[in-house]
Amino acid sequence: MSPSPRLQVESGRVVLSGEWTLAALVPQLREVEAQLAGGRLAGLPWDLSSVSRLDSAAAVLLWRTWNESWPRDLVVSEMHRRALERAATMAPAATVAASPTSGPVVRLGYLVLALLDNLRALIILYGQMLLDLGHLVLHPSEIPWREIAANIYKAGAMALPVTALVGFLIGVTISYLSALQLRNFGADVFIVNILGISIIRELGPVLVAVLVAGRSGSAMTAQIGVMRVTEEIDALSAMGVSRSIRVVLPKLLALTAVMPLLVLWASAIALLGGMVSALLQLGIPFAYFVENLQRAVPVANLVIGLGKGLVFGFIIAWVACHFGLRVKPNTESLSANTTTSVVTAITLVILVDAVFAIMTRNMGIPQL
Amino acid sequence: MNGATSAVVEMRGLSTLIGDRYVHRDLDLRVMAGQIVGLIGGSGSGKTTLLRQILGLLRPAAGSVNLFGEDLAVAHPVAQRAMLRRLGMLFQGGALFSALPVFDNIAFPLRELKCLDDDWIRRLVHLKLAMVELEPGHGKLMPAELSGGMVKRVALARALALEPELLLLDEPTAGLDPDRSRSFADLLRELQRELGLTVIMVTHDLDTLARLATHVAVLAEQRIVEFGPLADVMAGDHPLVAAFRGGGQTKVL
Repeated sequence: MSPSPRLQVESGRVVLSGEWTLAALVPQLREVEAQLAGGRLAGLPWDLSSVSRLDSAAAVLLWRTWNESWPRDLVVSEMHRRALERAATMAPAATVAASPTSGPVVRLGYLVLALLDNLRALIILYGQMLLDLGHLVLHPSEIPWREIAANIYKAGAMALPVTALVGFLIGVTISYLSALQLRNFGADVFIVNILGISIIRELGPVLVAVLVAGRSGSAMTAQIGVMRVTEEIDALSAMGVSRSIRVVLPKLLALTAVMPLLVLWASAIALLGGMVSALLQLGIPFAYFVENLQRAVPVANLVIGLGKGLVFGFIIAWVACHFGLRVKPNTESLSANTTTSVVTAITLVILVDAVFAIMTRNMGIPQL
Repeated sequence: MNGATSAVVEMRGLSTLIGDRYVHRDLDLRVMAGQIVGLIGGSGSGKTTLLRQILGLLRPAAGSVNLFGEDLAVAHPVAQRAMLRRLGMLFQGGALFSALPVFDNIAFPLRELKCLDDDWIRRLVHLKLAMVELEPGHGKLMPAELSGGMVKRVALARALALEPELLLLDEPTAGLDPDRSRSFADLLRELQRELGLTVIMVTHDLDTLARLATHVAVLAEQRIVEFGPLADVMAGDHPLVAAFRGGGQTKVL
């Protein structure tokens, strides 16, 4: 390794030797700084002629030691003098004023403004979608079938296993817990009503929505976001391809179309799980369960469930595309928007679910 | 410093396998301290891959890469880090941290040392910015707000932040206007004189090559087919060199 930086005071002169570079300084920075500090060396002549290398980090260190002025008496080679001159020409860096921390009112204000901004952009995206749909009706040859099909496959077909697994387990769990209670009242047969109504009307759609928001919503945001980071979106526009028709619309249409099917699938599997559990716990045979299901659960519940699926699917894709388009070209923004996209989608889904519950409160409840 | 005769980078019998395709096969290259080596070769001939081998981002399928006299692949992780601190890399696309402003990008490697105070770091960052002809005010910009040429210059400033002994440059002047390319070459030349910097650069820019390089390595057919002082190689009759020489630029070497 290189000779380390050395500082000696010889007969009233400060003599530096060795390598004055960052790499050589770092291992013994404390000692060197201690030697330089304290104004002990102020006013002495400096001899840098036996310094083998002097880089800008060391030059800055020396310049600071000299209180930003040239020492009265300095011996230094021409080459190293240039390194020192470069450090000297830098104006003493102004301390960066810390930005004043804003109070809670200001922060709340910004939050509301951001909310309004998002709302505005969401409405614009919705309007753009309607315009695009109108355009596609007039020009059916431009319908992006391939993209729609690809999205249906990615968001729909690929989601079948996980929705089935989660649905089955939830069905088993609810059936098992309800059975424990119902047996106490001797009301075993009502397991069919409980499972039928809760899964078909409520749990199926919400469960699938949460899964799809986490699975496909985040993927959509990240995909559009990376396309923005890498300027692919701009490249599309430059080729005269509408980004909203080619990128946004297929996602919206595909997820809206595929969600009711996923809800149907997940609800069916959840009911199967419930049936298995009911058979094991209460000894209710499959045939009895299926026969009673038709009686206990009016078909309106299925319509409500599928309708929710349709709306939830649209909301998830809408929110995902919105936040994807808001990604700024840096990694931090990409991760923040993906998180916001999933959180917003799930929150909105639950909010809309509550609205559904109120608006459909007189529908599909069996009269006993 | 053990003299100007030590090899900074030495590759012996190096083979690189990506997928099932050989990018390099039995490649030899020895770069001595203080040399400025221009690495030229056709598009896709594995120039960037060779730089990645030096950085230890790829493992050789065969042969070895010695950096500062030690094999990076078998070195202890602590020694590896110490070795990597002695080199600076300018990536082709800049590879700036997109979430950090320019100032923090350049300050990042300095802060990683964990022993410099804020004032020192600030001065050094401003010094590096000045070296690449940027102003302190540019430090607040985010990488996404920079032009292509500015990205290059910030990336160079970051590569220079730790005062490296070895500088790896991937297309350093692509995207710079001729004036800037020239001042870039002058800056590197000066740094090289002052600090004994060793530089390996991939370039397509004949002007920069002529201005800066002391040696030229020609990468073709998965190995270094020519290596030697600039004038010797450029006077040679390898088809690639001839094509490079005649490549539209009228510079007479």
